[in-house]
Amino acid sequence: MAFARSRQALAIAGVLGLALGVAACGTGNDKKSGNASKPECAAYEKYQGHDGKKVTIYSSIRDIEADRLDQSWKQFEDCTGIDIDHEGSGEFEAQLGVRVDGGNAPDLAFIPQPGLLKRFVDSGKIKEVGADTKGLAEQNFSPDWLKYSTVNGKLYGVPLGSNVKSYVWYSPKTFKEKGWSVPTTWDELIALSDKIAASGTKPWCAGIESGDATGWPATDWIEDVLLRTQGVEVYDQWTTHGIPFNDPKVADAVDKAGTILKNEKYMNGGFGGVKSIATTSFQEAGTPITTGKCAMHRQASFYANQWPQGTKVAEDGDVFAFYFPAVDPAKGKPVLGAGEFVSAFADRPEVQAVQTYLASGEYVNSRAKIGDWLSANKKLDINNVPNPVDKLSVQILQDPKTEFRFDGSDLMPAAVGAGTFWKGMVDWINGKDTTTVLNGIEGSWK
Amino acid sequence: MEFDFAAEQPKFLMLMYGLIAFVAVVGGLLLLLDVVPAWFSRRREERLVAAVASGAPLPRRRKPREGLIALFFLLPTLLFLVIGLVVPAIRTTLLSFMDKDSSHWVGLANYTWMFSEDSIVRVLINSLVWVLLVPLVASAFGLIYAVLVDKARFEAVAKSLIFLPMAISFVGAAIIWKFVYAYRGDGDQIGLLNQIVVSLGGEPKQWLLESPLNTLLLIVIMIWIQAGFAMVVLSAAIKAIPADIVEAARLDGVSPWQMFWQITMPSIRPALIVVVVTLSIATLKVFDIVRTATNGNYDTSVIANEMYNQAFRYGEPGQGSALAVFLFVLVIPIVIYQIRNLRQQREG
Amino acid sequence: MTTATPTVGAGVQATAKPSRAARVRKRLNSRTATLVSIALALLWTVPTFGLFISSFRPEDQIKTTGWWTFFSDPQFTLENYQEVLFSTGSSGQLASYFINSLAITIPSVLFPIAFASLAAYALAWINFKGRDWVYIAIFAMQIVPLQMALVPLLKFFSTGVTIAGIQVLPAWDLVDEQKFAQVWFAHTCFALPFAVYLLHNFISQLPGELMESARVDGATHPKIFRTIVLPLITPALAAIGIFQFLWVWNDLLVALIFAGGGDETAPLTVRLAELAGTRGNEWQRLTAGAFVSIVVPLIVFLSLQRFFVRGLLAGSVKG
Repeated sequence: MAFARSRQALAIAGVLGLALGVAACGTGNDKKSGNASKPECAAYEKYQGHDGKKVTIYSSIRDIEADRLDQSWKQFEDCTGIDIDHEGSGEFEAQLGVRVDGGNAPDLAFIPQPGLLKRFVDSGKIKEVGADTKGLAEQNFSPDWLKYSTVNGKLYGVPLGSNVKSYVWYSPKTFKEKGWSVPTTWDELIALSDKIAASGTKPWCAGIESGDATGWPATDWIEDVLLRTQGVEVYDQWTTHGIPFNDPKVADAVDKAGTILKNEKYMNGGFGGVKSIATTSFQEAGTPITTGKCAMHRQASFYANQWPQGTKVAEDGDVFAFYFPAVDPAKGKPVLGAGEFVSAFADRPEVQAVQTYLASGEYVNSRAKIGDWLSANKKLDINNVPNPVDKLSVQILQDPKTEFRFDGSDLMPAAVGAGTFWKGMVDWINGKDTTTVLNGIEGSWK
Repeated sequence: MEFDFAAEQPKFLMLMYGLIAFVAVVGGLLLLLDVVPAWFSRRREERLVAAVASGAPLPRRRKPREGLIALFFLLPTLLFLVIGLVVPAIRTTLLSFMDKDSSHWVGLANYTWMFSEDSIVRVLINSLVWVLLVPLVASAFGLIYAVLVDKARFEAVAKSLIFLPMAISFVGAAIIWKFVYAYRGDGDQIGLLNQIVVSLGGEPKQWLLESPLNTLLLIVIMIWIQAGFAMVVLSAAIKAIPADIVEAARLDGVSPWQMFWQITMPSIRPALIVVVVTLSIATLKVFDIVRTATNGNYDTSVIANEMYNQAFRYGEPGQGSALAVFLFVLVIPIVIYQIRNLRQQREG
Repeated sequence: MTTATPTVGAGVQATAKPSRAARVRKRLNSRTATLVSIALALLWTVPTFGLFISSFRPEDQIKTTGWWTFFSDPQFTLENYQEVLFSTGSSGQLASYFINSLAITIPSVLFPIAFASLAAYALAWINFKGRDWVYIAIFAMQIVPLQMALVPLLKFFSTGVTIAGIQVLPAWDLVDEQKFAQVWFAHTCFALPFAVYLLHNFISQLPGELMESARVDGATHPKIFRTIVLPLITPALAAIGIFQFLWVWNDLLVALIFAGGGDETAPLTVRLAELAGTRGNEWQRLTAGAFVSIVVPLIVFLSLQRFFVRGLLAGSVKG
């Protein structure tokens, strides 16, 4: 009986399997064919030999910017015959883990958080960067950048795009009209803020609401101020948990940021009081500058895309950005920024070819020409960068005096950097005191 | 710009394969179920005949066959459930006793973490508030509304309006309500709620920041969505009350109030149970609303949201799993109630 | 107006003639009821309505003034819809995603309903040992959060099943539109507990005599299921069909994982989420996007509403 029963079960399984098998018999793929012989393809000589292969890329880049990505490697695809299949998702950080754990990892991922990258390295999922790519990366990027994707002396990712976060956006037009000048030190910044506040305008505006990433703009504030008050060494200790999160030096920096962020006299131009920072979306946080309700907004270079249509972004235009001034110019010129790293979950030759290509000067210049993008890649020709803020950023990044530091919240374990730190900053803006907030974050860092 | 229809063909082909698979599986199963019992009964008859001929004792029958048939009826469901839910549930339970790399056993560490961390305890409390309020208010509202519009001329329209939010995704609903709760410190309000407050002479508020009010405001969103479900089910139940019972009561001079408590309520009790049970479980798992509206900030997080963050965003699958297991535990009372219900039903 | 909204059954007037006072009171009652219900319906619709108005307003207007100012200062634009419906680029056209949504939804509704009705019948009308426990177990499965099922299920698809080093089931290895099969599978898993629960409620309350007499006549279970039960439960199937339809149509998470994000397989919801832009700066598009995605569920609901009401009606009331 039991035998008969299992036979029937098999039969059913057979029917099911057949049906699903039918379902699985789809149509074949159209394959692209390489055009290696064309003259413009000469530059792609070393990537040849993978005609008809497909490489999948997963990232958090969507919509227009995703279209620009596709455009940027179009010629590479045409010449080599490699089909690059890019997919961008707003759920990237969470979904990458699901896909990798589920055995369905993409070939390449653009990971914006070194902390996340390290997690996948630790679990043995990310492949070490191949020798060719590594050589190219070492030529094209400063060690400052490569150390973020290096674990135990081995390179696991190549930097791609970058941004500069140490900017204060302002309106050159308004500044000129009112006779304000761009501050170059922290004290000048505060003096200017007081002056503007006395004139009846709130000098600053800010917003940290950003969907499920709410809080991140405030963490950038803290990091930027810490870099300025304590210098890069303390910053590095802090991001690696060499000093506790609630170290007095950090608390000091948080309080210093608070003299602007939590100052009712300064905040929040165009939106209300300090607490409105928590519910103002970061995308619209700077817009009161265009209406004169706010004078300054500290935000990264990519904020250039957030201005209302028709706003001219230029040194003599409606809005522009100045470098967030140093507290003590003797402590150097620290720059906070971020970017993404190209990491490979597969080591097939065509995947390595694409990874190498993305580290090359040809690629970054091809991408930069399309607009609204920059990279710390040394091969990037500043003349290929159309946007004035991006130009300024490239100058800053390529300036040998610049001490670049990666966004700290991206370096910390995600539970802190994308969890308690964000949430803690929300609470802090919402009225909790510095000590309680920092103690809470420290307690969550295990 | 031209829409390339040819490129879409493989999808339709795939859809067709899917439908063929559907017909094949379901039809095949039913066919099999018709053929197999027939074969069995033929064999039993043969054995019966043989037994009678040889004078041996008659073979026993009936019981195992029923079980076998049931097995086939249940087979697809059980297969899918085992793969899609049972295995994951077991895996989740195991993970909840492991560290964040899922490589070492840590005993109850994740559970002690859950109950010792203030923010997580807060999450648990919030979830309790949700699961107490949503089913209660949504069912009550649905019931009142169903009674109010019963047999009204505009009933179909009125019901559609209440049901409308069900057609909107949770994410969409949360966006809609974020608009309602929006706050502007300077200038015009763009949120309806603050506009009303302002026009009544009050100060605009940042609704989503004010704990514990904000949790209630999020609960409103869930009620807004689910009341339609409650209303439709309960309205249907009210309409199913036999007319003669209602008539008899009316003849006895029963007041509408008494009518409601003595006739309507007992008659729709089973429907009410379905509504409350369904809503309770849906509420326990609520995720998108909180995530879209506040992402759990300002003390509004609930278990499912925290679980997702821990497991997928923070890389703490152990802690996330422990929260999921706590969800399983929370549903036990509902399961026990369901068992009692089932017993009563079998007896009645 | 009040005469046209009778609150009593037609038979009542013939049997008892209520007193004048009672009639007045009833009329008042029904009038209050009407007012209250209209007020509630309006209250329920206002948020959606506000979004609807917003979807026709220019971006800067949405961000600076409330939607009600539309009535005093109407600024009308179709740009939001234009962008949502016709914005092209590498990400493809909305029509593509629309077709994907349909291709995902239809089988994802059919499979669980068919399997659940079979299972519900067995649990309700076939006598076998432990059936109550099986039912309770399936019922309790409703609580498993689908988020926790994502990784194991994805593993099942992409690496197959291996027990003690032996490959029991192979990986599915699907590409492009074949990935629909994964989505159907996943949605079927997640839908079954609720569908079995509701259908069991319904089927178990069908009159027992019906089954008994059929059994006595020698009908087998499959035959009873096909000829007696199925026709009786079509309304319930329609009802569950709508729920499942709404759920699948509005789902984002399952599609993201099992279908991927390209225009070969991703449904409308994935595309709409994308429309908000990499940094969510284009959120005014969401207003129009929300209405584009609501249209189909609304049509389905309105056209099946009749079935729906009948379906749940019988399911929830003891027969």
